[in-house]
Amino acid sequence: MSEGAAAPDDVPPEDRRSIARDSLAVGLATGTYGVSFGAVSVSSGLDVLQTCVLSLLMFTGASQFAMVGVIASGGAPLSGALTALLLGTRNTLYGLRLAPLLAWTGRRRVGAAHLLIDESTAMAVTRRTTAGARVGFLTTGGSIFVLWNLFTLLGAIGGTAIGDPRTYGLDAAVGAAFLALLWPRLQQRRTVLVALLAAAVALGMVPVTAAGIPVLVAGGVVLLVGLLARPDEPDRPDGAAR
Amino acid sequence: MTWVAIVVAGVGCYLLKLAGLSVPARVLERPVVARVADLIPVGLLAALVAIQVFTTGQALVLDARALALGVAVVLLALRAPFLVVVFGAAAVAALVRLV
Repeated sequence: MSEGAAAPDDVPPEDRRSIARDSLAVGLATGTYGVSFGAVSVSSGLDVLQTCVLSLLMFTGASQFAMVGVIASGGAPLSGALTALLLGTRNTLYGLRLAPLLAWTGRRRVGAAHLLIDESTAMAVTRRTTAGARVGFLTTGGSIFVLWNLFTLLGAIGGTAIGDPRTYGLDAAVGAAFLALLWPRLQQRRTVLVALLAAAVALGMVPVTAAGIPVLVAGGVVLLVGLLARPDEPDRPDGAAR
Repeated sequence: MTWVAIVVAGVGCYLLKLAGLSVPARVLERPVVARVADLIPVGLLAALVAIQVFTTGQALVLDARALALGVAVVLLALRAPFLVVVFGAAAVAALVRLV
């Protein structure tokens, strides 16, 4: 696998430092909200160990929130897992975009893959060189991994100690967290329409299906829309950078 | 069952990441793949918001969570940080339930 030794490693040191600094800031801001995942997860019925294993093993926030969200609403754990996997497919797309830029092979690629998430992609995909992209990717992904897992544990312990989460509005926090993850993607009218369609389909399915199924049906409808919709206007820039 | 789901989904999510870094890039150049890839997370997240906020079990309900979501929208429009949005919404729901 020696495809495209993409870019020269000629990023000046000060540039790498500023990439690392920006990445660390993103890492701090993102990693600490592991506390909300930890609290939400134990309030959904998972224990502290299960919560921490999810953060260590899955390590992709939206999928983790989705999984515990389905379980919290009474769905089978496996339909929660399926929802998490569907949401996890976007990391595959990030990987496709980053692979030629990061240019890792073998064991390094196997290790780096675990850090492939929204934020590490965002902080790497805009760099012009492999060295710059690697600094952004590793600093962001690494700092988030450490903090996310630490704060998951804190949130899980705190969440167990405080009792009924509804008293503190933690059930409302999950909806807000999903919306915050969705928000940056609502840039075009088409995306907003798809979001509204998916929400309506899911709500329509709730009275007639088991928990966890409505989200999957909404995902299926969106898949159909994506397959059948007219191609975008040709001048539309590829929506990778946010 | 919960443990099985955790391990299956966790390992699966990792393999999805690794697959992305390992598959030839030209797959993504197909416009249909790119479009679907952009829309799927939008649809899933929107559905999750709706389920989380407007349902209890199999019933559609309108309660403190809806107001909390409204506050989250305002906070997001004001570009508030993630933590402020999440815990701001929680605080609003908690306050409404106190009244």
